[in-house]
Amino acid sequence: MRIAVASGKGGTGKTTVAVNLVVSAVKAGLHATYVDCDVEEPNGHIFLGPDEGLSRPVTIEVPKIDESLCTACGKCKEICEFNAIAVLGGMVMVFPELCHGCGGCFLVCPENAMERTQRPVGEVQTANARVKAIEAVGEVGGGEIPFVQGLLNIGEAMPVPVIREVKKSIPGGGDIVVVDSPPGNSCPMVEAVRGSDRVILVTEPTPFGLSDLDVALRTIEEMGIPVDVVLNRYDPGDTAVDRILAEKGVSVIARIPESREVAGIGSRGGLAALESPEFAEAIDGILERMLHPRGEDGR
Amino acid sequence: MKELVVISGKGGTGKTSITASLVRLSGRAVAADCDVDAANLHLVTRHEVRRTIPFEGGLKASIDTAACTACGKCVELCRFDAISNHDNIFRVDKFACEGCGVCAYFCPEGAIAMDRETGGEWYVSDTDTGPMVHARLAPGGENSGKLVTIVRNEAKKIARDGGFGTMIVDGAPGIGCPVISSVTGADAVLVVVEPTLSGMHDMKRVLELTGHFGVTTMVAVNRFDINEETASAISDYAASRGVETAGMVRYDPEVTRAQKNGMSVVEYSGDSPAANDLRRLWKNLARRLELEER
Repeated sequence: MRIAVASGKGGTGKTTVAVNLVVSAVKAGLHATYVDCDVEEPNGHIFLGPDEGLSRPVTIEVPKIDESLCTACGKCKEICEFNAIAVLGGMVMVFPELCHGCGGCFLVCPENAMERTQRPVGEVQTANARVKAIEAVGEVGGGEIPFVQGLLNIGEAMPVPVIREVKKSIPGGGDIVVVDSPPGNSCPMVEAVRGSDRVILVTEPTPFGLSDLDVALRTIEEMGIPVDVVLNRYDPGDTAVDRILAEKGVSVIARIPESREVAGIGSRGGLAALESPEFAEAIDGILERMLHPRGEDGR
Repeated sequence: MKELVVISGKGGTGKTSITASLVRLSGRAVAADCDVDAANLHLVTRHEVRRTIPFEGGLKASIDTAACTACGKCVELCRFDAISNHDNIFRVDKFACEGCGVCAYFCPEGAIAMDRETGGEWYVSDTDTGPMVHARLAPGGENSGKLVTIVRNEAKKIARDGGFGTMIVDGAPGIGCPVISSVTGADAVLVVVEPTLSGMHDMKRVLELTGHFGVTTMVAVNRFDINEETASAISDYAASRGVETAGMVRYDPEVTRAQKNGMSVVEYSGDSPAANDLRRLWKNLARRLELEER
């Protein structure tokens, strides 16, 4: 089962929930994989400490004009939807950073004047994480967690091609794959979430959190993927938030209380599921709801 | 006119809360919310929308199954795995489609249409301190920086025409297109960092980005008292990269209370510890930007 952890608003606790959900699964004897699709700012590695693993570049196929063959007919510019090709005074210019790699220009060039070049935009790393504290608890695979992470090269604008490659590198098998998604509600989040069986949206009980949650819910509902909400940094005295969420008809599967202790654990890269019993209980509850979604197995 | 852009790398560090307070403290500035797919600045800024302008979205392919002969050419050509074939019914996944139009161009039956999506809207509003330009990207929409650029350019135009000396931009998290579109050409960038290992890691990537674009950069550590050791390490690292720490703001529950009341903390609770820290931060920023004394 592939579960994407997304949010809308940044900083609500996606990575915190994602890495600890993986830990919870391993503690329960399951084979769990962690995938970091926040390729602009991946943080999962800080908590799971993967080994070096293997790294491969992600490239976009970008045209290079062979001026000796080019007749400046302009067919390449016409098909390009991204303004990556311009024709000026009989010269054809390519803007590689605008190219999406759709391949259209190569197909329409009547002179075969376009050379295919590979432009690196990022990398995908596949590794294994071994959380020492789990080894003592879980027996399955000795607590080994397959780990995949994408990294967008700094200065590159488009994370989506890197996210696509990260997903292609997810190893098969295993019981549960947790996809840590980027913040926001646009193409990077959509690409990270696409293909998942379920989505967990992590929100915080603030006006910003709830506003961004609205947009995220609409996006994921349009994608047709079942979604549950986790309310993180919850203040039990804040009944207004519960009311707002109830009004939205949102399925809240866990309320994780605001805790300076948990914040402190996270701030130094620790796994709260191993250090805070209260937090572990909440995460175990989320895992349980993922494995047995309400209403889908007669419960 | 001096433009200050507030970014963070990591999400949730407090960009919007801090930006709202800085705009207020400036007394008079053009504000721009460039976090277009998770816009929040308007929630803590009393405003009245004066203009609403639609934003055109990207193209998406769709297949007319009646005209389709299931030749499979579209699947063969699509570089984005956006077309699927189930029992000879070909369907475009609009969430994967990048709108390149190659499938439609080469379909022998002309069975593929390219339709433009609603991209979103952008707004020009009045506030107590000056105009605010903000936007709302359609859910799941393409965030290629186009809408960010529109918001930023409009804000600059308004600032110039209205004789505003200051423009403050609330940026997006990350390092991708929306951020790049927000920072290029800015007079100064403020990176809001949280005192955690994740915050430190993400700040390093952002500083590499701003260095790459050659923009004057400063750092502010928000909620620094959650982990003072890490806050210090962050400031030291920034210094080693020639980046000044313009301020440190402590954790203060008044910030959330202010947000719930639709205000910045300097307006809602002007004597609170966070408000005082923010005043100090603004003073440093104004000095660094060489803003004229009010």
